Amino acid sequence: MIRAESLSKHYGAIRAVDGISFTIEPGEIVGLLGPNGAGKTTTMRMCAGYLAPTSGSVQVHGFDLLTETIAACKTFGYLPEGAPLWGEMTPRAFLDFIADVRELQGDRRAQRIGEVTGLLQLESVLDQRIETLSKGFRRRVGLAQAILHDPPVLLLDEPTDGLDPNQKHEVRELIRGMSSDKIVVISTHILEEVEAVCSRAIIIAAGRIVADDSPAALAAQSDSNRLDRVFRRITTGESRAGAGGELS
Amino acid sequence: MNHVRTIARRELRAYFATPVAYVFIVIFVALSGVFTFYLGNFFEREQADLTPFFGFHPWLHLVLAPAVSMRLWAEERQSGSVELLMTLPIAPWQAVLGKFLAAWCFIAVALALTFPTWITVNYLGDPDNGVILAAYCGSVLMAGAYLAIGACISAACRSQVVAFVTTVVVCFGFLLAGFPLVLDAFAGWAPDVLVDTIASLGFLTHFNAISKGVLDARDILYFLLVIAAFLYANAIVLDLGRGN
Repeated sequence: MIRAESLSKHYGAIRAVDGISFTIEPGEIVGLLGPNGAGKTTTMRMCAGYLAPTSGSVQVHGFDLLTETIAACKTFGYLPEGAPLWGEMTPRAFLDFIADVRELQGDRRAQRIGEVTGLLQLESVLDQRIETLSKGFRRRVGLAQAILHDPPVLLLDEPTDGLDPNQKHEVRELIRGMSSDKIVVISTHILEEVEAVCSRAIIIAAGRIVADDSPAALAAQSDSNRLDRVFRRITTGESRAGAGGELS
Repeated sequence: MNHVRTIARRELRAYFATPVAYVFIVIFVALSGVFTFYLGNFFEREQADLTPFFGFHPWLHLVLAPAVSMRLWAEERQSGSVELLMTLPIAPWQAVLGKFLAAWCFIAVALALTFPTWITVNYLGDPDNGVILAAYCGSVLMAGAYLAIGACISAACRSQVVAFVTTVVVCFGFLLAGFPLVLDAFAGWAPDVLVDTIASLGFLTHFNAISKGVLDARDILYFLLVIAAFLYANAIVLDLGRGN
């Protein structure tokens, strides 16, 4: 379970995230939606413990990110925005390093490394330096790192950015296939992605939650049953009256 | 400690993954030779010791240690991989210590590769090898202190160049803390206790004592304390970064 309580992050006078609360239960695939600059990445970073909130708290699996950081970090896999990696390493050495840090040993270690390289089709580039790989491969190495220890919680910041349509499809299949008892949070601004994989969409604008419902229910708020119309209306404030009761 | 070793191993491999490591080692060994034999008048002195060799180490490390430490955190901040590192289940002190140990090992390897100088002096005469060993220890300790300062500054910088220049200046201050250049800035207005304290902080004073073969526990402790203090500061700088 992830529980965020009145989470805020202020940079001087700028309120990047301004009092966000949500609870995510196992089995949910949540899409964190919002225009660029809405506070998606800041929220993800606070959930992953990289940024300390100005006020409020986040708990993952009952561990507080500020006071029990290490225990909390063990329960999730995290793909940071842009999938930053160590360019001079090969995917093989990189996954070995992650397996060390995640304390995977023996058969399970070899089995997991084999599984994720197969799942993300990394076999052909295992011994090539990461800095020489294409954007799509780098993203997949980042994803492999996040799921290596088969965590109960996955936090993925724009997981399909830079992938071609086939790869996007495969990553979405991957996310859909793993989630019966897991929590997956993906931040994105690709609406079709949310409709394709998410069971719940949380829309953020200007640091606040402006909608929190299933993608289908959100889409139903528009006459044409289209999520993009609803998204535009909610996040730009156009004819707010029709946006539903989630405005805070 | 396992995580410290994991981090240190990754960092050390990162050094050797690019030609930079080899270029660095070649320059380090070549410069120490040039200093010893040309500027240090090794042969003209006609003494079987390595005083000219070690005499240049404070200055050699002053330029080269910041070049090793500058990338430790600044590179990660630049590329964004620090976000990945800090969200892995690793305590900040483990990452700080691991990175520092990798840099320290790297310098130690470079220093070890100056062994032909040692062989030379043994071939030519009959030096006191105990003194030479002590001086090597002192050199490693001093390099460690430079690296700890550099690691801490690197954590506060996004640019490796800024980290390098700042580290050289700060290390220069520490190197000459016992000399008029630094002391004159404080004498006259600061209380004597403060001036005496600053004077006792000089790297050169402590290093010269060790390199003469006097392995005084206080000199060793001094360098270890400087290392510990700056690594602690390094962890604090990282923690402050989480707030922004």
